[in-house]
Amino acid sequence: MPVKKISATRRRQYMTGYLFLLPNFICFLTFVFVPIIMGLVISFTDYNGFNKFNFVGISNYVRMFADEYFRISFKNNLIYTAATVPATVILALLLAAALNSGMKGAGLLRTLYFFPTISSMVAVGIVWSMLFNPSKGPINGVLTALGVQETPNWIASSSTALLSVMIVAVWKQVGYYMVILLSGMQVIPKSLYESAELDGANTVQRFFHVTIPLLSSTLFMVIIMLIINSFQVFDLIAIMTEGGPGASTNVLVYRIYQEGFNYLRFGFASAEAYFLFLVILLITLIQFIGQKKWVTYLD
Amino acid sequence: MKNSTKIRTIHTIMLVILLLLGITMIMPFLWTLSSSFKLKRSIMGFPIEWIPSNPTVKNYVKLWTDYPFLTYYLNTIKVTLIVVVLQTAFSSMGAYAFARLEFPGRNLIFFLYLSTMMVPWHAIMIPQFLIVSGLKLYDSHTAIILLQLFSAFSTFMMRTAMMNVPAELSESARIDGAREMTIMGKIILPSCKPTLATLTVFTFNFMWNDYLGPMIYLNSDRNKTIQLGLASLRSAYSAEYGLIMAGTMCALIPMIIIYLAAQQYLIKGITFTGVKA
Repeated sequence: MPVKKISATRRRQYMTGYLFLLPNFICFLTFVFVPIIMGLVISFTDYNGFNKFNFVGISNYVRMFADEYFRISFKNNLIYTAATVPATVILALLLAAALNSGMKGAGLLRTLYFFPTISSMVAVGIVWSMLFNPSKGPINGVLTALGVQETPNWIASSSTALLSVMIVAVWKQVGYYMVILLSGMQVIPKSLYESAELDGANTVQRFFHVTIPLLSSTLFMVIIMLIINSFQVFDLIAIMTEGGPGASTNVLVYRIYQEGFNYLRFGFASAEAYFLFLVILLITLIQFIGQKKWVTYLD
Repeated sequence: MKNSTKIRTIHTIMLVILLLLGITMIMPFLWTLSSSFKLKRSIMGFPIEWIPSNPTVKNYVKLWTDYPFLTYYLNTIKVTLIVVVLQTAFSSMGAYAFARLEFPGRNLIFFLYLSTMMVPWHAIMIPQFLIVSGLKLYDSHTAIILLQLFSAFSTFMMRTAMMNVPAELSESARIDGAREMTIMGKIILPSCKPTLATLTVFTFNFMWNDYLGPMIYLNSDRNKTIQLGLASLRSAYSAEYGLIMAGTMCALIPMIIIYLAAQQYLIKGITFTGVKA
């Protein structure tokens, strides 16, 4: 069979396509694709920015799992995820349900709840650090006024620092997820609530038997997003505690930052970064599988 | 009736809880605002003096005259505007190619974008840094700008918007011999205005509030952006509470204004992130 020649018009059409995509694609290639490959390669070397690097096999990974700081950071990250994700989901769900019930002033409340979301982490971290000030801060002021004898030291103590950061994180992000859940609730047909009501279901029953099942795809998505984001927490830690006191609030990304940009151990930091990537990849895989299994669709 | 009283009680309790939560959400901002008009010694302490008895604008004056806050502000405005314009342009063109043009490899590239989307930025910040410093761009605004020109999120969002524009609109123009650039600029983009607005607000929000990027790439005071500047102000003058609160207010205000003015677009963008997968 003769090879079909591509016509000149066709070729010009292809050219147009490539030209439109080119600026976008070059940036993608240089700053996303190449770094992904590079990161993997560096993680198998002892590169520190100066030496000619040597391939060291998987020794960075081996050292990483033996590294006490890394283990603490990962543990802290798991605690952070296990605590902030459910807290945020439950609060966001309640807020969204309340706003969706068509009460007066819902618009104003939504605006208020959303305020922390648009604020920068730096501003939020600075303000909360001052609010948490153990001796002079307003939070302990309130607690003292309420009769609490021994007020917590919040971010100044290694036993409460992580808790303090988690409180701020939930406060900061709840509005964002509330908005997503609210939009998911708004597409649930009113007729379903009406027929449930006719069947004698009260507000709570309707919430659990109509809202939750029909919201499952959004809810699932929100939980996955929250888990993924929880593994990337950085700014709050950097501003509020710098990983301390001790290593009590050190987390994966902060660890990568320290190893990479403070100690210039690029090889080791890249191994940690790839570990983070694998964790997120795993969550994404669970998402793909889970979406098919656990989610009810409306149609 | 008993039942309706019960419902009313539940509603009242809910309203009170919601209001309390709403107050918790806004309280830190009000405290910051009020503190920024106070002198150092009257800021901490309890009960909180919500309306300062001796309000002063000294903190703000000092901030803008004795410290390089104006430079931080101008730097942030500069990089933010450049990124908003270029990222939107690149994303729109890319999205147009994906949505409206045909060429070999289109699906492959699209798949590549999709599959790299789950790679967290934090996992590639080190190789990115090595590339940028290899290009001798450390401590420059170009570094900050270049890294933000590609956005898979913007590209996908524009693509979705463009696919919703009826094909007949562009087909007739194409038959009339219009160039693709003209079709995109004159027919497709005007139909995607809400999405463009959403992206603008989103990118603005991201750039204005970004901390880690500037923290990695910017070093000298003359290059710092607002969030980095605010953080360095705090570590250098940690006891100057009033000054820091004034700085925090100045870092927050532009975003608050944009939020109040373009709330609907921001919410639309967030909703899009929630349904994308």
